[in-house]
Amino acid sequence: MKKAQLLAAMQAILPEQLILSSQESQAPFECDGLSAYRQLPLLTVLPETIEQIQAVCKLCHQHTIPLVARGAGTGLSGGALPHEQGVLLSLAKFNQIVAIDQHNRSARVQPGVRNLAISEAVSHYGLYYAPDPSSQIACTIGGNVAENSGGVHCLKYGLTVHNILQIKIVTAAGELLTIGTQALDSPGYDLLALMTGSEGLLGIIVEVTVKLLPKPERAQVILAAFDDVAKAGRAVADIIAAGIIPAGLEMMDKLAIQAAEAFVHAGYPLTAEAILLCEIDGNNEEVSEHIMQVHSVLENNDPISFDTAQSEQQRQLFWAGRKAAFPAVGRISPDYYCMDGTIPKAQLATVLQEIQRLSAHYGLAVANVFHAGDGNLHPLILYDASQPGELLKAEHFGADILKLCVQVGGSITGEHGVGIEKIDQMCTQFAADELAQFHAIKAAFDPNGILNPGKAVPTLHRCAELGAMHVHHGQLPHPQLERF
Amino acid sequence: MADQTHVLQQQVLQAIDNRQPLTISAGQTKAFLSPAPTGDILSVADHQGIVSYQPTELVVTVRAGTKLRELQLALAEHNQYLPFEPPHFGNDATIGGTIAAGLSGSSRPFTGSARDYVLGCKIINGRGQVLQFGGQVMKNVAGYDVSRLMVGAMGTLGVLLEISLKVLPVPASECYLSQFHTPQDALLLMQTLASQNLPLSGLGYDGEAVHIRLAGAAAAVRSAQQKLGGQHHDPDIFWSAINEQQHPFFAGDIPLWRIAVPPATAELPITGKQLVDWAGGLRWVKTDETSDNLFKLAARHHGHAQLFRSSQKAANRRQPLADGIRQLHIQLKHSFDPQAIFNRGQLYSDF
Repeated sequence: MKKAQLLAAMQAILPEQLILSSQESQAPFECDGLSAYRQLPLLTVLPETIEQIQAVCKLCHQHTIPLVARGAGTGLSGGALPHEQGVLLSLAKFNQIVAIDQHNRSARVQPGVRNLAISEAVSHYGLYYAPDPSSQIACTIGGNVAENSGGVHCLKYGLTVHNILQIKIVTAAGELLTIGTQALDSPGYDLLALMTGSEGLLGIIVEVTVKLLPKPERAQVILAAFDDVAKAGRAVADIIAAGIIPAGLEMMDKLAIQAAEAFVHAGYPLTAEAILLCEIDGNNEEVSEHIMQVHSVLENNDPISFDTAQSEQQRQLFWAGRKAAFPAVGRISPDYYCMDGTIPKAQLATVLQEIQRLSAHYGLAVANVFHAGDGNLHPLILYDASQPGELLKAEHFGADILKLCVQVGGSITGEHGVGIEKIDQMCTQFAADELAQFHAIKAAFDPNGILNPGKAVPTLHRCAELGAMHVHHGQLPHPQLERF
Repeated sequence: MADQTHVLQQQVLQAIDNRQPLTISAGQTKAFLSPAPTGDILSVADHQGIVSYQPTELVVTVRAGTKLRELQLALAEHNQYLPFEPPHFGNDATIGGTIAAGLSGSSRPFTGSARDYVLGCKIINGRGQVLQFGGQVMKNVAGYDVSRLMVGAMGTLGVLLEISLKVLPVPASECYLSQFHTPQDALLLMQTLASQNLPLSGLGYDGEAVHIRLAGAAAAVRSAQQKLGGQHHDPDIFWSAINEQQHPFFAGDIPLWRIAVPPATAELPITGKQLVDWAGGLRWVKTDETSDNLFKLAARHHGHAQLFRSSQKAANRRQPLADGIRQLHIQLKHSFDPQAIFNRGQLYSDF
């Protein structure tokens, strides 16, 4: 459909002021957190009611027009990148907390409510919403569900999928469905799990009921520094082996430490090759007992120093360095490219060594930030986009890291999603039959394929073509695929 | 025992060729949940063994026919466990059946459900293809979450071959208390306790006493115990007994219903005995009331009902699905199993 026709059709179902069609008005929507990719849609719509969303879906479904849903646009994999022939649907106006149920410890919220706003709204009941992605000030719950967002505390408290009860979706055909119940499980297939992390390909999330937890009585953090990354890795394994599940267990390597320290002066030792931040939370006695145990585990792993935060202020400062790691790296390099692979923890030292080798090979520095407890590695590749060819080099470096993650038994994405960014690496992680099963699932929800097309799951054709480009020693990757 | 993947795949391919329906079976301990099998039996009972287990990774990968007890013993050697406390309902229970049925025990509101601990799976779909989803790492958002979709699907979407599960360290200390209360007070007490920062791993009510199970760091359990008070009791009398449905409440011929509701829901107005688990979120009910009545009542309370055990045949054992959701189920079933080979009628009668 031509833009003028589409605009006229849209004007028939939505008030004029909810439709953006000019280049200037749509510019804020041309990218998400992965700003290397930019694209203007034909139209952007900002519906205010579920009925309006249904009408937009029906229109797009009928005419097979691509439809991309967008929350706050903080995603890091280009999942909300608009489609050049399609409509971008912003859920920004769905920003209300519908109901808080103190007794059932749940809250029903619209998808455009910010993650942190939920915890703030229920704080006076002594409750909170546990998943805390680092973008929690800005990111919205609808996007969290679409991406199955994690956060620093997900080793103990789980991902989004573990912390929601029910969602309402509008299907591609415009039907409003309720998935899940207000109870702890639901009859039939676990569609709630299937929808969570489906990156806007199966339906548009229009309401979310989240689970709330009692706020921990106390949190305490230990900062330990090591002269060897492998020692830090062993300390992580030993903490788990001691039977302790910390609320957060984070590792940073030397370059990340130096960048963070220069930025926020958190008191990180600059000579360390690696630091660990281990946070314990819960009730008072539990925290004291586990902190003592962690102390003795750390002592046995030959740290160059370790320190327990003596006050809430110092705890915040220890965390400030970790939380500011990304912007801190942004200060020492014109650009950086953030990766999101997961690996079995035992492979950490091997993987970091290989990343260093690749770093030398590509001539690009890399800073590593690691959710050590759950094996989620965020290598930040430093590059300069103004230098011709550097972005491409950084992307190749990143692709090599993800391949490495899959080789050691991990995954190409732990929490940022596939989006447009890692679509080619999906061909590395999944075989053709598996991708075909994904497409069959997609067709069960969205037969015309209008929702977020081109994201998250590559076509077999794309994988085959990619394979053809990457012939290595005469061996075709994905030999089982048909070649077109 | 040996890997039976190839043998099972050949059987499935044969069944597809012959358009012969299959009902997947292993330990037969949860057969009572579904109507009689359709077509031939595909037994995964010999597909056994722990494929990999690295305690410090908190992940175990296990073949579907492995006995649940055997898996639990292997984890216990490293002081770890399955935190969703799956019921066995017999010595032959397998991990495949446990995941297919998707049942979780009393710790569910506090430590999570079966699906919460599933990280990855290997299946045979209805095209006879061996497929792998998810992984052996804690976090993995590549592709749709097919692994968790398998939990509770009663084998209707494919044959489970391998399952990767997150495991956790066994809590350092446990303690079991009980306090006598009226039904109304019992439900209020559960709400109050569940809203506090206590090391809880079970809150149930048997009609006379609220049973409180504490689990966690020794000092935390000790202080909670002092704070709460109540009588100490033997865990086997209540907790193990209700998990395995050996408690006297479950005896007798009256149909047993499982009704999941939001935890603060008042006592359900049903003629018959009730036992409360999941801090109020799960109500076991022994009643002769009609399915229709109970489905309506559960829906009114934003939950759902399931006829769990009955000596009589019943057409509709599970809460009816809303039209749009039912349609999605049928389409999803078709996407995995286009010829409807697997487990016809084992979840719902129409797919």
